[in-house]
Amino acid sequence: MIEIKNIEKYFGEHHVLKNMTHKFEQGKVNLIIGESGSGKTTLIKILVGLYENDTGSVLFDGTDMNQMKSKEKKSLRKEIGMLFQGGALYDYMTVEENIIFPLTMFTERSNIEKLERVNFCLKRVNLEGTNKLMPSELSGGMKKRVAIARAIVMQPKYLFCDEPNSGLDPKTSIVIDNLIKEITEEYNITTIVNTHDMNSVMQIGENVAFIHQGEIWWTGTKENLFKSDNKELNKFVFASELFKSLRKS
Amino acid sequence: MLKLLKHLGLYFIMMQKVLSIPEKWSAFKKQCLLELEKVGLNSLGIVVIISFFVGGVVSIQTAFNMTNPLLPKYLVGLASRDSLILEFSPTMISLILAGKVGSSIASEIGSMRVSEQIDALDIMGVNSASFLILPKIIAAIVFFPFLVIISMGIGMVGAWVGGLSANVTTADFLYGLKYEFNSFYITYAIVKTLFFAFIVSSVSSYFGYFTRGGSIEVGRSSTKAVVYSSIIILFFNFILTKLLLA
Repeated sequence: MIEIKNIEKYFGEHHVLKNMTHKFEQGKVNLIIGESGSGKTTLIKILVGLYENDTGSVLFDGTDMNQMKSKEKKSLRKEIGMLFQGGALYDYMTVEENIIFPLTMFTERSNIEKLERVNFCLKRVNLEGTNKLMPSELSGGMKKRVAIARAIVMQPKYLFCDEPNSGLDPKTSIVIDNLIKEITEEYNITTIVNTHDMNSVMQIGENVAFIHQGEIWWTGTKENLFKSDNKELNKFVFASELFKSLRKS
Repeated sequence: MLKLLKHLGLYFIMMQKVLSIPEKWSAFKKQCLLELEKVGLNSLGIVVIISFFVGGVVSIQTAFNMTNPLLPKYLVGLASRDSLILEFSPTMISLILAGKVGSSIASEIGSMRVSEQIDALDIMGVNSASFLILPKIIAAIVFFPFLVIISMGIGMVGAWVGGLSANVTTADFLYGLKYEFNSFYITYAIVKTLFFAFIVSSVSSYFGYFTRGGSIEVGRSSTKAVVYSSIIILFFNFILTKLLLA
């Protein structure tokens, strides 16, 4: 489980995150939703340790990340998998090299063992046989799936996904969403997904937090989302014609 | 002034991260070999072509300016040798490499930054600065001196060909090449090259590593890498020449 307590973040004069407190549950897909510029990416970057929060604490299973020694932080990082918006695959490496990279850097496994694990992960994301392809030869959806394979290769306890469906067609988005949900349940990991895609929310949202102007305005499940009378949340949720018509019906 | 101090501070913070013990030696060695090919071998062609033609032009211009019949013809070889060893090969080739290698380093690292590949390394717990930049610096320091020595040799071949076209005989040219040769000039050129290799690779890496934004910023970083590397090379050229030759 990951817990944030009274998180604040400033960029110069700009107050980006304001007194955020929330719990991200284990074995569930936790969604952070909100419009662009609301502070979602900043929050996720704080959670993975790319940014430091100015005040408050980030607790990984009860341990404050900011209080950890560098060795503890390093071992925590090995338990974190991250799926970036664009995939962030290493351009000069093949699919296999991309996935094998964390194993090479942090384990003493033999080449055969590493390859077995890579093939297992590729099979898990339905991309068997793509080992020798370069990222430039992959479609957007395939890149995302390779990135998921790389994120899970070290068997992480925590999975972070930043806008996993950006730039994907609705059909591929569903494939990615389902994969994230399945992996979360299969390995009982804490997954945090950053999105503004309402289809994703309906597909995989279990524990949802709505961020507006750097503050958590609403938390709950996707079922409660439509019943809420929170004005800002309703503006966000029912922004599209599709959801407006759903509301009417 | 404050901006300059900020850049200097960030540069040294980055270098502190760069100069740390690699996490995995096998992966580090692999990176170094990759960089030796990218930074060194791939620059061989341009160094050979430029050195040959500049050597030729230096000897033709020297011959053209020696209108006084009292001046011996072998001076063409001597002047070409000294200009190539003392200045052209170490400094001009380093400036050319700042353009070729420096821009490539900055754009490569900059692209990795804007496409979040560097963030991916950091999240995994890999020291991204050391993993990406140290092999480039090592490759440049190892390979630039070879390129400069090759440039000296090819430049002199070019100078000989240029000399022949300006009626300087091979015997005169070779006599000039050997005339009062001071081997310290080679040491001086290599010492300068080592400094320049470090400047080109580390300054270009700095501009790439701190790129923010998108493809336009990657282009800007690449341009800045070339401009600042060249200026710093010229500055250190002056200081090192003063220290080593004066």
